Amino acid sequence: MSDLGFQPHEEVPATEAPRRTGIGVFLRWEVLLLVLLGGTIGYGADVSPYFLHSTNLFYICLNVGEVAIMALPLTLIVVTGEIDLSVASTLGLSGVLMAELFKHGWPIWPAMVMAVVLGAFLGGVNGFLVTRIGLPSLAVTIGTLTLYRGIAQGILPTDTIGGFPTGLASIGVVPIPHTHIPYSIAFFLALAVVFGIVLHATPLGRAIFAIGAGQEAAFFAGIRVKRIKFWLFVLSGTLSGFAGVLWTLRFASARYDDGVGMELFVVTIVLLGGISIFGGRGTIAGVIVAVAVLGTLQTALTADLIPAQDQNIVVGTLLVASVIIPNGGELYRRARVRLRSAQARRHAAAAAHAEGQ
Amino acid sequence: MTAVAEEQAVQPHVSSHTFAELLLRFRELGIVLALVLVVGATTIDNHLFLSATNVQQILSGASIIALLAIGETIVIITRNVDLSIGSVLGISAYATGELYVHHPHVPLALVFLLAVGIGVGCGIVNGLIVTVARVPSLVVTLGTLYIIRGIDGAWAGGNQVNASMLPNSFNKIGYGTIAGVPYLGIIAIVTVAIATYAMRSFRTARDFYAIGSDPDAARVAGIPVGSRVFLAFVLSGAIAGGAGAVWLSYYASVDAIAGAGYEFQVIAAVVVGGVVIFGGSGSVLGAALGALLLNTINSALVVVNVSSFWSQALAGALLVGAIAFDRLIAVRVAPALRTRRRARV
Repeated sequence: MSDLGFQPHEEVPATEAPRRTGIGVFLRWEVLLLVLLGGTIGYGADVSPYFLHSTNLFYICLNVGEVAIMALPLTLIVVTGEIDLSVASTLGLSGVLMAELFKHGWPIWPAMVMAVVLGAFLGGVNGFLVTRIGLPSLAVTIGTLTLYRGIAQGILPTDTIGGFPTGLASIGVVPIPHTHIPYSIAFFLALAVVFGIVLHATPLGRAIFAIGAGQEAAFFAGIRVKRIKFWLFVLSGTLSGFAGVLWTLRFASARYDDGVGMELFVVTIVLLGGISIFGGRGTIAGVIVAVAVLGTLQTALTADLIPAQDQNIVVGTLLVASVIIPNGGELYRRARVRLRSAQARRHAAAAAHAEGQ
Repeated sequence: MTAVAEEQAVQPHVSSHTFAELLLRFRELGIVLALVLVVGATTIDNHLFLSATNVQQILSGASIIALLAIGETIVIITRNVDLSIGSVLGISAYATGELYVHHPHVPLALVFLLAVGIGVGCGIVNGLIVTVARVPSLVVTLGTLYIIRGIDGAWAGGNQVNASMLPNSFNKIGYGTIAGVPYLGIIAIVTVAIATYAMRSFRTARDFYAIGSDPDAARVAGIPVGSRVFLAFVLSGAIAGGAGAVWLSYYASVDAIAGAGYEFQVIAAVVVGGVVIFGGSGSVLGAALGALLLNTINSALVVVNVSSFWSQALAGALLVGAIAFDRLIAVRVAPALRTRRRARV
């Protein structure tokens, strides 16, 4: 079982299609990502001389904080071969609940806790539908994406709720004292360390990889496939709820459409980070670099005065590209095989023709 | 005594199986029943619900979703999904509007040709990436959803095309009626009829079902899976493109966010209409009825004084409810089907 996680490659003979196997793929992918990061930073520095100033770096981190936090549990979910598209809607609904409770006289702390609890519950609904009823996570989370956002809209159709206590709300916009790191990114980094250790150095992490590599095999190896998946969805919901709290504090207000369309960014980070959409492969390190790439890219594009709509073109392209490129080697191999067999057929036909004469 | 008890215990079990099977087999009938219930209950509450204007409005609104649902049904039957249809509709609607702004006297046929052509272009991109690069359609169409919407936004900017810039003959498609039936309803009904016939009779269409049931088996059976899936995406794009022109004629004004979020309503309608999200099963007619049901409920909510802001939540709940319901029914029916097969052997 231990070989299902991270080093199945050592057992693969070197002669067998080295392109697709080996830690080399990860290394190359992550190297590619670092090059890409260098590119986005270079682009940013080219656009604005202040790009690498600490203040700007602070805003880059601030912008990407919530997305980054939500990308971590989604990474684990994608590694198991599932998907959660409802993260942005969970963020929105949690923020709305927090604001509504606050408006109705709750103190801010319990309201924040309830928002996270709601996130956990919403994730649990996803997990229940996927693991206990046996529905495809794609369909379930498209449904709950609509449902959670719809509930948020029903509760808070047109208003914006604000007026949070200034001391706390400023957490969303000030750095940790004596540093230039916003709270959200600090949470992300701390969580990333935990996630990295759990995914890459514990039996649970190996089980998660095993599920992604082959669900049935994992089941017969004694892994509690459904239970693990269920709790991963709960985790995703919990951290999305937490991201909703951070988001609400950052903007010091809540609206039903907070974070609409953010699932694009979260999914892009995960796939750009080198997590295979087919499950079973990827590293937390890749996801961390992908966060940096997307954060710098977004800020650089904004500094270049490119409107948000057009930025979506770039991010969408990045998403599609980050899935096509890892497939590239495989595609090339297939095309060559096809070409060869076509050639062989032609030769055979020519030979048969010659024989016939 | 025990025998009787046993029989009693067995009896409802068997009948519930047959009932479940009925539900599964005659989904369209179920939707029609639900429609009658919703309409009946709402009409008792407010008799104006069945007034000609309201019925026409429901029909027109449902027609656009029903059109999109036809294309989405084809894609889902092949075990794929197309999330980009709302964006395709949006960009095609805006292109149609722009065309009229610059060439007010362009013939109607050419307008629809352009709209469908834009959709085909988008469908080709989706289909090529899905089939040639072998990337899951979810990721591809999530990407193109935002890419196409982004192109639309870059093109339209804050611009808006209004009814006054559109010729009357075009606007009339949106509000005109024949014998009380709105044009849009007729367009949808004709398209559904053609699609239903095609999906039943054409070999290519049967291939869609085969691919969705089991892609590997379909490949072994000699079905060109790649080109069929490609075709499904092109058809879905073409229909979404055409629906863009229809959308513009109905709403008579278009900006950069036209059709945003439609994909979820459409998928909800398709799934409620009995198209199995795992692929391989379902009908265009069911999906169209699903769209009608969704729109009718939305309209009914307003009549019974529920804010229309809840309509998105309703679509989501119906989507989740429908797939869960299908799954539970399928699990219940499976043993019955197995026993019958064994009995036949």
